[in-house]
Amino acid sequence: MSNYRDIAWQGLWKNNPGLVQLLGLCPLLAVTATLTNAIGLGLATLVVLVGSNVLVSLVREFVPKEIRIPVFVMIIAALVTCVQLLINAYAYGLYLSLGIFLPLIVTNCVIIGRAEAFASRNSVVKAAFDGLMMGLGFTLVLMLLGACREVLGQGTLFDGADLLLGDWAKGLTVHLWQVDTNFLLAMLPPGAFIAMGFLIAVKNMIDKQLEARKPAPEAAPAVTRARITKVS
Amino acid sequence: MAFKLASSPHLSTKAQTRGLMFKVMLCALPGVLAQCYFFGWGTLIQIALAIAIAVATEAAVLKLRARPVGKTISDNSAALTGLLIGVAIPALAPWWIAAIGVVFAILVVKQLYGGLGNNIFNPAMAAYVMLLISFPVQMTTWVAPSGAALNDIGLMQSLSIIFQGADAEQILAYRAGIDGVTMATPLDAVKTGLSTGLTLDEILTKASFSDGFGIGWAAINLAYLAGGLVMLKLKLIRWQISTAILASLFVCASIGYLLSPDTHMGPLMHLFSGATMLAAFFIATDPVTAATSTRGRLIFGALIGLLVYLIRSFGGYPDAFAFAVLLANLCAPFIDYYVKPRAYGHRASR
Repeated sequence: MSNYRDIAWQGLWKNNPGLVQLLGLCPLLAVTATLTNAIGLGLATLVVLVGSNVLVSLVREFVPKEIRIPVFVMIIAALVTCVQLLINAYAYGLYLSLGIFLPLIVTNCVIIGRAEAFASRNSVVKAAFDGLMMGLGFTLVLMLLGACREVLGQGTLFDGADLLLGDWAKGLTVHLWQVDTNFLLAMLPPGAFIAMGFLIAVKNMIDKQLEARKPAPEAAPAVTRARITKVS
Repeated sequence: MAFKLASSPHLSTKAQTRGLMFKVMLCALPGVLAQCYFFGWGTLIQIALAIAIAVATEAAVLKLRARPVGKTISDNSAALTGLLIGVAIPALAPWWIAAIGVVFAILVVKQLYGGLGNNIFNPAMAAYVMLLISFPVQMTTWVAPSGAALNDIGLMQSLSIIFQGADAEQILAYRAGIDGVTMATPLDAVKTGLSTGLTLDEILTKASFSDGFGIGWAAINLAYLAGGLVMLKLKLIRWQISTAILASLFVCASIGYLLSPDTHMGPLMHLFSGATMLAAFFIATDPVTAATSTRGRLIFGALIGLLVYLIRSFGGYPDAFAFAVLLANLCAPFIDYYVKPRAYGHRASR
């Protein structure tokens, strides 16, 4: 069981794809201008990641080592196409606002990275769990970044949630404060880079504090006697 | 020919950052005063606000970084950054413009890179670009210069506009020229005029150009030029960067003007409008972010002049010094690497 806990810890914090591996930066920086977009893209990536990990793990015995990468890419591309068609059908507004970044999930290095590094070497259940945790870790970073940028940029949260969830979600939009002028920097890619830097700094700070709080391993009692005759 | 001999002790004063920065600020005074004359109390309020926030931010960050606060603050570099930002933003911009810009300059551009001496980019210009991109409306709303303005603005009015905000009508009233038409800065007017198909001569017949260069701006540039010459005389800055900027801008603008006088501003207009003199003497010469070798400085300055001309003439923004200085900052280490003098005895070719 501790194995699964380790996988979760790796995906969500220690080896987080967004904050530590810095994989998939292109969608991470491009579509996180609002929380809704971030959630949409995060969930799409999560679904693809779990699916690709499961499929890759299933076929791992039958794929020759030499052609594994093309096979993985085709599996991922097929899954991404499914997800893209689904979003097109059920959340058309979100489909429009995510634009090119939806099909570009194919090139997201998190997915091919996990397929190669984990799924192709582990059992199906473990691979699925790893995909779920890595996907969650990625989605959480996307959401955090999206929330920061949306609050800074236009003073709202969940703006346009109806694109993702349907008309009832219009009430979800929270106006934290009224701004006359949007803070454009936060909504443009440079703002995403700066916010990302601050997020990584915060994570490193937390890590450092955790490290400091951990009791130092007890040093072996130093022996001061010149001659040791008997050690109990 | 008599050699002058000085007997020992050969004492000399050591130039210190603190005194240097302070003298630079003093040399900027004529320009600042000219700006106050034309744009009213707002300029002074912005400068005071920016300097106060700059010093406070610097102190707070130094405290967080566990560095000596008093010693570093008294090197006046934060105050100089504040001064430059205060001068660069429009006189009646709301207070949070200055606040956001200064905090960004000190916190992100300067201290996150390690403080004075370690920053890659000029803090004031990086902040200016950030503000210009984030708040284009507030950052381009200059009031009409006095002498051409319909309404004059008093001290209390400026304070209330900056700190409490003003509605669009009020702002429009202060932007109105004598003829009641909203005035833009000269560079802005030329840019919009050219884009609507007017020729340069037609644009220059407008009221704001009654002295040929745009009321106010030419005088402000002359004042900064005077301050800059004093700095050269006091050896606070080296001549290469400023001269190279002005020369390269002059040459580029002359070529453009000779080729197509209807659609290009003349070289003198380039030199005496916008932020030319302020940037050439006070901003681009920042010893931290500029090139440091002699030949490197010449190339650095020429690059800025060329970029300013290109962006002003063909780019989307009317003035371009902030962008040009940042781009040149990026190139500075590269320039210095390639103009390094060859050590004696090494082969000529690399």
